[in-house]
Amino acid sequence: MSRRPFTPKVLTANLLREGDVVYLDATDAWVADLHRAELIEHEARAADRLAFAEAQSSRVVGAYLTDMKAGPNGPEPVHFREGFRATGPSNYPHGKQAGA
Amino acid sequence: MYHYDDFDRAFVAERNAQFRAQVERRLDGSLTEEEFKPLRLMNGVYLQLHAYMLRVAIPYGTISTPQMRVLAELAERWDKGYGHFTTRQNIQYNWPKLVDIPDMLDRLGDVGMHAIQTSGNTIRNVTADHFAGAARDEVADPRPYAELLRQWSTDHPEFQFLPRKFKIAVTGAPNDRAVTRAHDIGLVLRERNGEIGFEVLIGGGLGRTPMIGKTVRDFLPVADLLPYCEAIVSVYNRLGRRDNKYKARIKITVHETGIDEMRRQIEASFAELRPLFDDTAMAALDRIKAQFALPSFLNGPTEIDLSDPVLRSFVDTNVTPHKRDDHAIVTISLKAHGRTPGDASAEQMRVMADLAERYAYGELRISHEQNVILPHVRRGDLAALHAALGAVGLGTANVGLASDIIACPGMDYCALATARSIPVAQQIAMRIDEMGIEHDIGALKIKISGCINACGHHHVGHIGILGLDRAGVENYQITLGGDGTERAAIGERAGPGFAYDEIVPAVERLVLAYLDVREDAGETFLDAYRRLGPAPFKAALYPEEKRDAA
Repeated sequence: MSRRPFTPKVLTANLLREGDVVYLDATDAWVADLHRAELIEHEARAADRLAFAEAQSSRVVGAYLTDMKAGPNGPEPVHFREGFRATGPSNYPHGKQAGA
Repeated sequence: MYHYDDFDRAFVAERNAQFRAQVERRLDGSLTEEEFKPLRLMNGVYLQLHAYMLRVAIPYGTISTPQMRVLAELAERWDKGYGHFTTRQNIQYNWPKLVDIPDMLDRLGDVGMHAIQTSGNTIRNVTADHFAGAARDEVADPRPYAELLRQWSTDHPEFQFLPRKFKIAVTGAPNDRAVTRAHDIGLVLRERNGEIGFEVLIGGGLGRTPMIGKTVRDFLPVADLLPYCEAIVSVYNRLGRRDNKYKARIKITVHETGIDEMRRQIEASFAELRPLFDDTAMAALDRIKAQFALPSFLNGPTEIDLSDPVLRSFVDTNVTPHKRDDHAIVTISLKAHGRTPGDASAEQMRVMADLAERYAYGELRISHEQNVILPHVRRGDLAALHAALGAVGLGTANVGLASDIIACPGMDYCALATARSIPVAQQIAMRIDEMGIEHDIGALKIKISGCINACGHHHVGHIGILGLDRAGVENYQITLGGDGTERAAIGERAGPGFAYDEIVPAVERLVLAYLDVREDAGETFLDAYRRLGPAPFKAALYPEEKRDAA
């Protein structure tokens, strides 16, 4: 059975204290803006980044890798769920869209 | 209503202190997330899509004015200025910071509220008829029994790790407004030969495998309530499946075991348990009942001037007959067209508290339909009350109509959701309002869930909408003919789903088809569906299939 080829990903989580959605950038910093996240192109790198995030349990919670694609300003969501996480709910101007 | 005694206050304070210490230990690294997660869930704290969420219990939907004001305070001090009332008569805050939640819980404790058992595989908030104590059709007020069950189930040592969550609803009226047939245990107060007792149903539930509850006892004496419920939950605790969370609710246990065998085991367990329950619970029930005494009603007119068409419309939809002719039950709609179903701003909460004090003897209720009830309003005060509600956007006359939509938070907030619910509800309400046909359509319950877990009760909507993720795109299935009342029925799936931008036109076609086929204005959507079956409604939903077949 053929294995599904690796697709580009971003490492995301929520801040432990505040709950805010954050992304891991290439310098090991947790950033609020999806466009500043590291777009992970290789499977081995993805495993390393996930291990790094899981070791950061005093800063973040619920870390996971999620599919993203390259866009003109940085990573962009492939799935609508991550689109909502990156912006905010559609019924109020809350979440990340509030500061945009 | 029930007021905490010293035991309740000490219990909640101790629990809050424990949770504060648990949060501190999580933040300083002493607890891992794996260790902390079950602890936070036991205290109503979820991690959702954008942030943490705190779910606060409103037992059987009954709330005092000081409590409502504290809910407003929480919204302003620690959230984004609003709260979301849920289909379990609870309230959720969508944006609290973990570091603030212990302070929020302490503030709730000041007014006899908490978030205990609003999550986890425990007995959840016991719900009840939101017209309890005021309804003209009720046999007895169900809230004292709901309170007794709350006290029995809170921190019950055997029932903290059930196979899955467990929900109980109680109604005191034959017209079931508490959806008892879709609960793990549904309790319906009945009168037989002058004695009050319960019809006991088990195994109802919505979610992935919707089931209508089955009667396990047709008349249970009040004195047997706790040992019988303990027997039910004990049998479920023993037989309920722990190997598959999707088959772990009691509805599956009843389905797989059979109601007759379940009854046999429950009765056997009850026979063992009954002698262990002395008169303590009944003495407690007497004390509880005393706290649910009706207010000292003021006399007033029974007939009022309804020449103002706006007031007339409000009275037609939002006002229900009270057990006294000179009073009325007022439902405040949290479904203004285009707004988020069930949301109330801090200001609105305070206004509702103020109006409850001025016009409703200080009593408020939350309904599972995500509205707020003033259960005892003098008919002579209806005009003034309506004007005051309208000033803060709470005067919408749509209760029971097409825009009075139940909607779960969906993918705008919920980590489990597979599609959005809220904007679908907003757009349907706006469209129906634009068309100017809402009052002509009449009674219609539209219920929307953003995933198969069915928090929006879509299975029992006359029109149910289920949001799914189909290959990375939001898709909405429609079910027809569901009913959450004493004539409970699970809606039937109409056919293929609709894309996000197709679902509102699909609902529009449905309601227009209903207007075409109904016998007269007295035949509701559900009655027409029951008379005609799905064919004319499916033809409206899928006109291209009708054309292709021609």
